[in-house]
Amino acid sequence: MSRALPVLTVLAGIVVLWYAAAVWMNATWVYDQAERAGTSVAFRDMVAETMTQERPLLPPPHQVGAELWKGLFGQAVTSKRSLVYHAFVTFKGTMMGFGLGIAFGVLLAMAIVRFRAVDMSVMPWAVISQTIPIVALAPMIIVVSSQLGLTGRDVPKAIIAAYLSFFPVLVSMVKGLRSPDQMQLDLLKTYGAGEWATFLKLRLPASMPYFFASLKVAVAASLVGTIVGELPTGAIEGLGARMLIGSQFGEPLIMWAALFAAAILAGLLILVVGFVERLARRRMGVPG
Amino acid sequence: MSALWLAVGFWLAAWALNVLLAGSFLARTRAGRALVPLLFGVAVLVLWEGLVRGLNVAPVILPAPSVIAAKIGAELPVLWQDFAQTILKGAIPGFVIGAGAAFVTAIAIDRSPFLQRGLLPIGNFVAALPIVGLAPILVMWFGFDWQSKAAVVVVMVFFPILVNIVAGLQSSERMQRDLMATWGASYWQTLWKLRLPAAMPFIFNGLKIASTLALIGAIVAEFFGSPVYGMGFRISTEVGRLGLDMVWATIAVAALAGSVFYGLITLIERWVTFWHPSQRH
Repeated sequence: MSRALPVLTVLAGIVVLWYAAAVWMNATWVYDQAERAGTSVAFRDMVAETMTQERPLLPPPHQVGAELWKGLFGQAVTSKRSLVYHAFVTFKGTMMGFGLGIAFGVLLAMAIVRFRAVDMSVMPWAVISQTIPIVALAPMIIVVSSQLGLTGRDVPKAIIAAYLSFFPVLVSMVKGLRSPDQMQLDLLKTYGAGEWATFLKLRLPASMPYFFASLKVAVAASLVGTIVGELPTGAIEGLGARMLIGSQFGEPLIMWAALFAAAILAGLLILVVGFVERLARRRMGVPG
Repeated sequence: MSALWLAVGFWLAAWALNVLLAGSFLARTRAGRALVPLLFGVAVLVLWEGLVRGLNVAPVILPAPSVIAAKIGAELPVLWQDFAQTILKGAIPGFVIGAGAAFVTAIAIDRSPFLQRGLLPIGNFVAALPIVGLAPILVMWFGFDWQSKAAVVVVMVFFPILVNIVAGLQSSERMQRDLMATWGASYWQTLWKLRLPAAMPFIFNGLKIASTLALIGAIVAEFFGSPVYGMGFRISTEVGRLGLDMVWATIAVAALAGSVFYGLITLIERWVTFWHPSQRH
């Protein structure tokens, strides 16, 4: 309770601020309409008007909630208008990119820890790669992969998501694989363990806490990458595409609903990864 | 085909040299540590050039580095105009405003542990959200010019920086704060002389994360509407016309801008937090 109360208070504050902002931003339109009709509106009527506009500048929370509810539960999940359907498309892309990013990050980390030359050559470039705004590459990856004969947008989306999510995994795995200290390494040497056995029995288990800590960051990054991959050049499926459609057709409610669906998806993904992390920790005998 | 074999040969030679360098005493010197990644980068470029020429890759799939370099040379004024629009007018003002707002907010809620406990989980959650999705909404509100790009950047960088400043302000130790109390230091003196310096490593961590987000925000926002220049505009239109050499030229500028921005923050960090263990060599 002592943890929930402050969070709820801040949330309530945000909702109040949001309503106030909605009134303030939507009021202009109401006054304009009244002026055009040659009538004047009282403050009370104006506030009521701002709550129910069809294309508000800033939709108040209950309108977004209603649109979100309609999108999530108002239609069959296979319908093109269902947010569940679009969220699933985005989820699929996120998981592909996440898997690809993990595989690439772990393999590269293994090479970096094993070979000094790889460490010195690649590591600085891995850091630099993250300072490059990947979204600059997104439209190009999509066009090039279609020219290479890959129809559909799954592969380009996965590449963008993987590019964003491999880095946290790489950094944590390098740290984790190097975390066993000299004593432990020496002990395995006295057992006559080879390099591979040392890797499997000491380095890999030692790296697991680092690995799982990086997954939460990686899955969030992967979702951002997937949505960015859905934004440019005319995608029709996925939450990113919904935002684009809402923007192009001037339907703010669609945009806001898609945005909140994305937020819910992000929250669920982080929860699931946190749950897997706790399972793995318990399985490996870490207290807590 | 010979270009391909030459490039592969160069790659192998460079790699062998890198293995040698990494094993030698040079690996411990500064020069060696800079030389190895540099050699690797050059080898990648040569291999890229060789692959494109040797296999006759169509320029609409992957232009050679030499072609991209020529394009950069020929289109400098356009690239500069895009850079000024997106980075100087969109990303940097947005970054400064967002960081400033986060700083003011962090100080404002600093005296209330209740608000902090409420804001930290929410801030952490929002920092993980795809805030980029706000871009179309903000473009609708602020119009097509740089104001909407700066607004997107403000929203994107605000929460990661805020969370890091709040965490940083809590990082000074009880003992240290007690010492300040025994000296009769006021709240503001403690903040200025102890807690802010102690928070600096966290703050710079947030600023670094935000620096890449700033560029992403400024470029993505241009996909939703922009004047007829700007890096995001250039990329999306040139991709449509299959002018991939211009796309790569813009990407090179974006990469350079991102690295320089990040490097600048790292330099300032080294100067401000010289006392921190991670900065001692």
